[in-house]
Amino acid sequence: MPFDPSDIMKDRLTDIGPPKYDKFFPPFIKENYGKWKYHEILEPGVLVHVSETGAEVYTVRVGAARLLSVDLIREVCDIADKHCGGYVRWTTRNNIEFMVDDKAKLKPLIDDLKSRGNWFPIGGTGASVTNVVHTQGWVHCHTPAIDASGIVKAVMDELFEYFGSHKLPAQVRISLACCLNMCGAVHCSDIAILGVHRKPPIIEHERVQNVCEIPLVIAACPTAAIKPKKVGDYKSVEINENRCMFCGNCYTMCPALPLADGEGDGIALWVGGKVSNSRVPPKFSKLAVPYIPNEPPRWPTTVQTIKKMLETYASDARRYERVGEWIERIGWERFFEKTGIEFRHEHIDDYRLAMMTWRTTTQFKF
Amino acid sequence: MALKHATPMLDELEKGPWPSFVTDIKRVAARKPMCEDLLGLLEMSYEHKEGHWKHGGIVGVFGYGGGVIGRYCDRPDLFPNVAHFHTMRVNQPASKFYTSEVLRKLCDIWEEHGSGLTNMHGSTGDVILLGTTTDQLEPIFYRLTHELGMDLGGSGSNMRTPEGCVGKARCEWSCLDTQDIIYDITMRYQDELHRPMFPYKFKFKASGCPNDCVAAIARADCSIIGTWRDKIRIDQEAVRAYVGGELVPNGGSHGFEKRKLDIQKEVIDLCPTRCMEWDGKNLKIWDEDCTRCMHCINVMPRALRPGTDVGATILCGAKAPILEGAQLSSVIIPFMKMEPPYEEFHSFVEKMWDWWMENGKNRERLGELIQRLGLREFLKAVEVEPDPRMINTPRFNPYIFYDPADVPGGWERDGKAYRERHHA
Ligand code: HEM
Ligand code: HEM
Ligand code: SF4
Ligand code: SF4
Ligand code: SF4
Ligand code: SF4
Repeated sequence: MPFDPSDIMKDRLTDIGPPKYDKFFPPFIKENYGKWKYHEILEPGVLVHVSETGAEVYTVRVGAARLLSVDLIREVCDIADKHCGGYVRWTTRNNIEFMVDDKAKLKPLIDDLKSRGNWFPIGGTGASVTNVVHTQGWVHCHTPAIDASGIVKAVMDELFEYFGSHKLPAQVRISLACCLNMCGAVHCSDIAILGVHRKPPIIEHERVQNVCEIPLVIAACPTAAIKPKKVGDYKSVEINENRCMFCGNCYTMCPALPLADGEGDGIALWVGGKVSNSRVPPKFSKLAVPYIPNEPPRWPTTVQTIKKMLETYASDARRYERVGEWIERIGWERFFEKTGIEFRHEHIDDYRLAMMTWRTTTQFKF
Repeated sequence: MALKHATPMLDELEKGPWPSFVTDIKRVAARKPMCEDLLGLLEMSYEHKEGHWKHGGIVGVFGYGGGVIGRYCDRPDLFPNVAHFHTMRVNQPASKFYTSEVLRKLCDIWEEHGSGLTNMHGSTGDVILLGTTTDQLEPIFYRLTHELGMDLGGSGSNMRTPEGCVGKARCEWSCLDTQDIIYDITMRYQDELHRPMFPYKFKFKASGCPNDCVAAIARADCSIIGTWRDKIRIDQEAVRAYVGGELVPNGGSHGFEKRKLDIQKEVIDLCPTRCMEWDGKNLKIWDEDCTRCMHCINVMPRALRPGTDVGATILCGAKAPILEGAQLSSVIIPFMKMEPPYEEFHSFVEKMWDWWMENGKNRERLGELIQRLGLREFLKAVEVEPDPRMINTPRFNPYIFYDPADVPGGWERDGKAYRERHHA
């Protein structure tokens, strides 16, 4: 029964949920579900998992832009059909994984992937920079201070050798969020790229009362910077600009308070976060660079600053040490010294619980 | 073929070795005016260094409050084909396995009714279909449900699409059936997923082990992380093979060259609890001291495995900075068995939601509410006893809130009797 626009309730299916997970498992995954014994990375991007049944599955992981066209997905399908019995999967970090159940099928798969220009770079395993998780940016969101896909492309072009190799002391997770909402939850990444606004909202007094619920706007501000105010005949708001920390919450509640500004907006870089529990507990990323201007289309300062941090880490850290573990070993004073990043007043926290981040010991390095 | 708008800045992003989203969009733009205008609009954003999408706009499919995000461009005069460019979130199958058959059908639907652009996947986990018009929403929804057996995910103040790691499908470390747990939660709470009823968003994520490959601890209001209570399984012969250089440490994460593992330096000294000993022949683990961080298992995957008394640690409250600052999840239930039909877990979830819905303010995430009212209030609401595993350290400030019920005689006092003992 095709869709009938004049009767949308006809044959309507709702709340059916996603397809059951095992519907799309390749047969060798179904047969060995929960029976995996160990894995090895044969070369960057190529994994073997061995089952208690003796079965082996070979995985080739390739990077992808997160924004994909149906043309590229169809090409992924062609590869899956040709080599993998029509099965494929994506990882949390937007990599694509092709799996085969026989070592003999591996080389033809890899050769095929390599023959398709640079659409399917192999890598992202082990001590590498794997794919960057990121948000929407100027392609699709209303609050961004920066683009997302474009910056990620520029960064990955420059760090490409670290995607397809195991040259780093440990894995390095880079993430990007285009505003403080952090749809990508980048706040626990080895290196995080964050879009920041730096000018308080414009108040469009003649629009506020028409498009916004003033009490909600006032309640939305974490620093209580917003107050109601009558401006001429308009019911509007007033913002104590010195209290604004440019979070954009008020704009989320009220489109008549835009923040974006081509000159004021830009990028902050954060370092040293992680989510795994291995060795040391999960950690938040901390501020490394408070502000870099937007530099489309190739964002050179951001790219070079990230590269400098990454390479300083790569040459200085011990095996298994994540960026945050390395920084804690050498100390923040050495981090700024070694990376050549200027330490500024923005690095000293002045928000709630700031005191927890101030030094309360005479133990530090000269 | 020449496209409608010149894009000199975006063209720069076609250079370099990483796959270019610009090149990818361009090939669709050759047949889709929506993509042509999207490129033009994006180029304008690159010039202005400001985005060009309008704020919000409520659209959706009938009967659902979530799953579609309205999007309108602020220069429809210049880019009429992206005047409307709504997003649909499609609930991904757990751990993101697909057949080419289902993907091709999805592509066909999206070719016909939308821009042909997607995110595989959004940061919460859904397949994101990027860019369509209001009149196409119902036909897409109809075709998704009828032809693919797929449904929309969540957006707005509701449960968001749950997500899990690859788990038992292809990872030897998984202590949980993450797929089954995610599927169970998603199916059981379809109403919460599709119809906003909460103060704000609510996310579940499940990782099979403490490596936490879906970053549950940083991203989920309720993080389900696999763990074990008994001993790490050791194959001593394989340990010796790592030390002898026959096996490649860390599963080849640092290259596949054969080398002898310096077990003292690379494993024992890096064990955070120093609970391991190597006598040159056998590895001893004092399991009662182990905090199951996974380091030794990661380094010697063929010799060490998680134990067999497996379950989950349930942690709550993670979120990104908005509004009150970023939070990681905190331990609420140190160990839960997590076996189907997951009744213990459902009962926990429902108590948690009741408390949050009753006490949460508009746009207050669970983690913020726990901060505001205190972990004790939350524990009471979910009927969980306090446990030292919930804290890093007992408090070091003396300002304790007592309940009158905990103090003999309560808070009712006789002022007169007091003054008889103490003259004013
Ligand atoms: C060599 C062994 C390893 C393999 C085969 C492996 C496999 C994977 C896979 C398949 C993913 C994507 C998961 C998904 O899409 O569901 C992933 C992500 C991840 N892995 Fe591993 N992993 C390994 C070692 C580790 C180790 C040792 C750690 C931590 C110390 C770790 C931490 C993570 C994290 C945090 C993510 C998620 C990243 C994110 O999305 O932010 N992995 N890993
Ligand atoms: C209208 C503009 C917005 C757009 C286009 C947008 C887009 C997205 C998308 C595509 C995702 C991934 C969804 C998925 O995979 O299911 C996401 C997740 C998320 N969004 Fe947004 N979002 C917007 C507004 C917001 C706002 C206002 C907030 C916070 C106040 C926010 C916070 C988040 C967070 C924290 C995540 C999840 C990250 C995680 O996986 O933990 N977003 N958003
Ligand atoms: S991080 Fe901010 S700007 Fe980026 S997609 Fe999310 S809400 Fe939009
Ligand atoms: S941007 Fe944030 S801090 Fe500034 S006024 Fe708006 S809500 Fe308040
Ligand atoms: S979280 Fe653990 S079980 Fe899940 S994929 Fe990662 S390493 Fe494997
Ligand atoms: S899992 Fe971690 S804490 Fe436990 S023995 Fe291994 S390294 Fe030590």
